[in-house]
Amino acid sequence: MQEMMKNRAYALLENGTVDRVLGWTRGEFAYDMTPAVFRNADEVKNGFVYNDFCAANLSKYLVKECRAGGKILVFLKPCDTYSFNQLLAEHRIKRDMIYVVGIECFGKADVEKIKEMGIEGITGITAKDGIYTVSTIYGDKAIKPADVMAERCLACKSKKHVVYDELIGNEGEVVEDCNRFDMVAKLEAMTPDERYEFWRGELSRCIRCNACRNICPACTCEQCIFDNPNSGVSQKAAVNSFEENMFHIIRAFHVAGRCTDCGECSRVCPQNIPLHLLNRKFIKDVNTFYGDYQAGEDPTAKPPLGKYEKNDIEPGEAGGAKE
Amino acid sequence: MKKLSLAKLNDFFAAIAAKQALYLPVNNKVGKADFTKWTAGTEMSKALNTVRSAKDFFFPQTENLMDFKMEGKNIEVIDSREECEDFVVFGVRACDAASFAILDSVYLVDPVDSYYKNRREHGTVVTMACGKPAETCFCGTFGIDAANPAGDVTVWEVADGYMLRANTEKGEALLAATADLLEAGDEKAVEAAQAKTREIMAKLPLAGLTFDGVGVGKTKELFDRPEWKTLSESCLGCGTCTFVCPTCQCYDVRDFDTGNGIKRFRCWDSCMYSDFTLMAHGNSRNSQVERFRQRFMHKLVYYPDRNNGTFGCVGCGRCLARCPISMNIVKVAKTLGGNK
Ligand code: SF4
Ligand code: SF4
Ligand code: SF4
Ligand code: SF4
Repeated sequence: MQEMMKNRAYALLENGTVDRVLGWTRGEFAYDMTPAVFRNADEVKNGFVYNDFCAANLSKYLVKECRAGGKILVFLKPCDTYSFNQLLAEHRIKRDMIYVVGIECFGKADVEKIKEMGIEGITGITAKDGIYTVSTIYGDKAIKPADVMAERCLACKSKKHVVYDELIGNEGEVVEDCNRFDMVAKLEAMTPDERYEFWRGELSRCIRCNACRNICPACTCEQCIFDNPNSGVSQKAAVNSFEENMFHIIRAFHVAGRCTDCGECSRVCPQNIPLHLLNRKFIKDVNTFYGDYQAGEDPTAKPPLGKYEKNDIEPGEAGGAKE
Repeated sequence: MKKLSLAKLNDFFAAIAAKQALYLPVNNKVGKADFTKWTAGTEMSKALNTVRSAKDFFFPQTENLMDFKMEGKNIEVIDSREECEDFVVFGVRACDAASFAILDSVYLVDPVDSYYKNRREHGTVVTMACGKPAETCFCGTFGIDAANPAGDVTVWEVADGYMLRANTEKGEALLAATADLLEAGDEKAVEAAQAKTREIMAKLPLAGLTFDGVGVGKTKELFDRPEWKTLSESCLGCGTCTFVCPTCQCYDVRDFDTGNGIKRFRCWDSCMYSDFTLMAHGNSRNSQVERFRQRFMHKLVYYPDRNNGTFGCVGCGRCLARCPISMNIVKVAKTLGGNK
């Protein structure tokens, strides 16, 4: 896959289709690739890397890249293409400034899961014939990709690219029975007090680093209200737990109907807070109240929370209030 | 050298906790270690290190500085400081223990930060040598020995228990107070444990890493390097690196409107944030390149310049493991310093 991607990058840079390439560059270890922009074939040759640990969704970088002028090639996994479309729908990126190469995805690996298996002192990871060989200072270990697959990939909603100029690999299908709402259903079945306890337990670990917000392709406000010193709510750290909750609740509301469920927020959280559950609750509710809707699927679709119809559900009608 | 047998570990914790608060690394619900207050039944985590660093004990993420109460035309200023109670932090690693010296160099010099000093004076730090350092560890780059951490008491894990050595008066006092649980210990067992740790350390990928290419006197040479642009290109400006870092020491002071008064608090700040050091004229660092450069120049050049060459990093590896885009101080120092 990496070689095919590099070859397309060379060719498209060479024939002038694009001026830059957005991909990943080599890390210090086998699993810590950094998103990077490559400006010529030499840079691609020396630095470009792609493997199962290149997990970042590159769509959001395009907001910045579109302001830099020229045309940029971006490699997108199926889930990333939903974010791309959503950014298009919100006029945050310009379609004609971007050349999208869709890449077939078999699920990403999560190095945390490898470490959780008790594998320590990792010096290298190679993939061959559907097996990862993890070299460590204590010897080699063979592991199955399925055992260390990223959480979000275990509930992948679509292997289909909703937008691309060309594809590398095969096109997949939307995954109908992806079970992504299972945990949401469990939370819904709890009493309000139990649910409150669940979320307090999770959110109390938050260090307000803002990684979830800053990585989120739906969070592209020029200045977030939480960064605006004149907003009155811009506290960098929570004075109390109420504020901590508010940051997450406000953010979840703000991305409701626009969150594509890309899973980046949960992936980057240094405290392993399952933020995707908040968003999936909104997605599930939108589906229930307004009919099935997948943000990013169709950039021309009218967003359910951005239009009004006479028979729209009324506040309180769905229940859920504490008795 | 003292020895605590494995069977007496809980009694030892209980004896300390009977007199003062005891904190130690405990696995949270997602299986990651956090410093947690010990109560009967608490089990110590086996994790190499905590997600948040031990700096929280002396420089908490947020703390109240003073309160203002408004009544009619009167404003009452309330000193909300409280004398800190004695406490013990158990299981601090060598890197975090070394970070306290860096925080001290900022908070205990004139004008002394009384809030910080209060907690420093009341805290006893019990460090624990690392049995199995990870590939992200590079404390050795800064002359920190994972097998021989600083602190008031140093603890080594051996086959049938723990070896303890007091390094300071506070440490002596702690061991004296628990003397009936301890027996005489043998240096040899410690030496064997140390040799094992050092052997692992030497095999790890970052062994032998030096920061020679950065450091004292390099401001002019490094400040305008074109590599800052590429290094910072994908930085999210999130602040994760700052908040998990044991040596990051910047804070902001803010007012919280309580309705009938003000709570003036301080909280960690990050140079990666757009409103860092915001002044009346606006922001002194307008782009992420400048903000990113500040974080690394501070640790790699400005701090060493003012502290006899000591770097503002202790090699704990937290930023290596936690940055969402996997950018970190090792990549920066290698790129700028031109080594390896
Ligand atoms: S809220 Fe999370 S899952 Fe939704 S778009 Fe943002 S980063 Fe992706
Ligand atoms: S990434 Fe995690 S710790 Fe950071 S602000 Fe978001 S929820 Fe909190
Ligand atoms: S270096 Fe990484 S952790 Fe630090 S602000 Fe940038 S993206 Fe966040
Ligand atoms: S800069 Fe990174 S490795 Fe150095 S002390 Fe801070 S978190 Fe640890």
